[in-house]
Amino acid sequence: MSTLCEQILGAPAGEYVDRPVDLAFAHDGTGVLTRETLREMGVDTIPHPERVRLIFDHIVPANTSITADLQKELREYACSSGIALSDVGGGICHQVMSEGVVRPGQIVVGADSHTCTLGAFGAFATGVGATDMAAIWASGSTWFRVPETVRVTLAGRLDGAAEPKDVALAYVGKLGMDGASYRALEFLGDGAAGISMAGRLTLCNMAVETGAKTGMFYADDVTLQYLAGYGVAAERQEPEECCAAASVAIDLDAVAPLVAVPHRVDTVRPVAEVAGTPLDQVFVGTCTNGRFEDLQRFARIVRGRQVAVRTIVVPASRSVLRQAAATGVLADIVEAGCMIAAPGCGPCLGAHSGVLGEGEVCLSTANRNFKNRMGVGGEIYLSSVATAAASALTGTITEPEGA
Amino acid sequence: MHGAGHAVCLGSDIDTDIIIAGRYLRTKNRSVWAEHIFEDLDPALAPRLAGAVILAGKNMGCGSSREQAVIALKEAGVAGIVAPSFARIFFRNAINVGLPVIEAEVPCREGASVRFDLDAGWVEVDGDRFPVRPLSPRMIEILRAGGLVDHWRSQR
Repeated sequence: MSTLCEQILGAPAGEYVDRPVDLAFAHDGTGVLTRETLREMGVDTIPHPERVRLIFDHIVPANTSITADLQKELREYACSSGIALSDVGGGICHQVMSEGVVRPGQIVVGADSHTCTLGAFGAFATGVGATDMAAIWASGSTWFRVPETVRVTLAGRLDGAAEPKDVALAYVGKLGMDGASYRALEFLGDGAAGISMAGRLTLCNMAVETGAKTGMFYADDVTLQYLAGYGVAAERQEPEECCAAASVAIDLDAVAPLVAVPHRVDTVRPVAEVAGTPLDQVFVGTCTNGRFEDLQRFARIVRGRQVAVRTIVVPASRSVLRQAAATGVLADIVEAGCMIAAPGCGPCLGAHSGVLGEGEVCLSTANRNFKNRMGVGGEIYLSSVATAAASALTGTITEPEGA
Repeated sequence: MHGAGHAVCLGSDIDTDIIIAGRYLRTKNRSVWAEHIFEDLDPALAPRLAGAVILAGKNMGCGSSREQAVIALKEAGVAGIVAPSFARIFFRNAINVGLPVIEAEVPCREGASVRFDLDAGWVEVDGDRFPVRPLSPRMIEILRAGGLVDHWRSQR
């Protein structure tokens, strides 16, 4: 009897294995070092370019001529080596890979720590650095230590004002920033079936904030139906009775809106406790919460009203933007006084597109609130989309309706 | 695989953003990262890193996968990093660039003399010896080669 990681990697926890990789991607940030490393290794051809993707998302479009030159070089490299490129405006790597690319049971590596997001499909998906990525592109495989598993059992249903992001903050708060180091998180239990694919991606996205190698859901009807929408057929996966190294239980009915306060992701408080904190910026987007479902939830709350603070909304991908435009969601957001930026990571990593000034406070739907991350001297609170929307309307941290 | 240096003490949960900020990542010039290392934590730290062994708290190197963090440490002259636990991508990255990472519980005294021997499995702080969690044979092999690039070349 095995955990999902053990099933996919084909060995028991603690063992070191070499495995071929099904999908391996880098972005405009890590891609540069990956390319440099391949050059140093003397590797001219990628044996399996069809398994490789380059996805521009971190600083898009280029903000300086230095960035532009680096992106130009990567673009040319993708072209000459036969690697599929998702250029500026295509969206965040994890979102692009979630749009019908990743399938249950696959081994997926990304040169980005939030690659764990894609475990939502029942894949073993994990982040690696640029040198590992270069070796993977060159050889088609890599080594893994099969992780022990922490089972996060979800019971009940989310209702009221709480959303999957609040569940993510809840488990990060419970486990702490290294509570699942070197391990994998498995989300299962009766409550899992009630969480949409977008919600699962949000939940798995924050696994790395507990030190985990990946976060995973077992592929079920929700997964199969979502993938069928992209013309992808897949099979269900069944949890086996076994062998978790630790377990955490979360009662979804009892989850209330939460925020992570500066400067740690695991210092999690009920929104009510910090309500009234004045804000300089609200940021909605990222690989955590920039999906259509998120934008739709945001639009529903701000529709017909005006935001009271600078609010930047960044769709996670072109396809999210297209859907938001087609359904009127985008118009609602723009009419409410928000700014829309190009699909991508936006200001999350503090490089462009909404960097904070000294002493400024931002409420963000992203996954990290490390000191100075979004700009020197800036403070970051992390919340759900509904909390971000309610707070954008008042200009202070505000509980969403129904809380 | 051994090394030595003077101790530089760091706290727990040192994230890769604080090692090298996102605003400095867009370059191929490796010296830029060492130049701005720990800039937002303590600008006085950088000059003390040459020949240092960092003794950090738990969960060293958490956060982003940016390999620039370990390259910056190596370029700044860090000889090794000791911590009770590391974030896993940082750990792999360090080995891949040939920077020894040592899982061990040690007390930190700023400026103490630190020595380590990964083959023998110990780290010493001012002569007091502590056991280290062993690395896998593959990791030792990569470290010994000087990193994954040199390891790759040596295999071909």
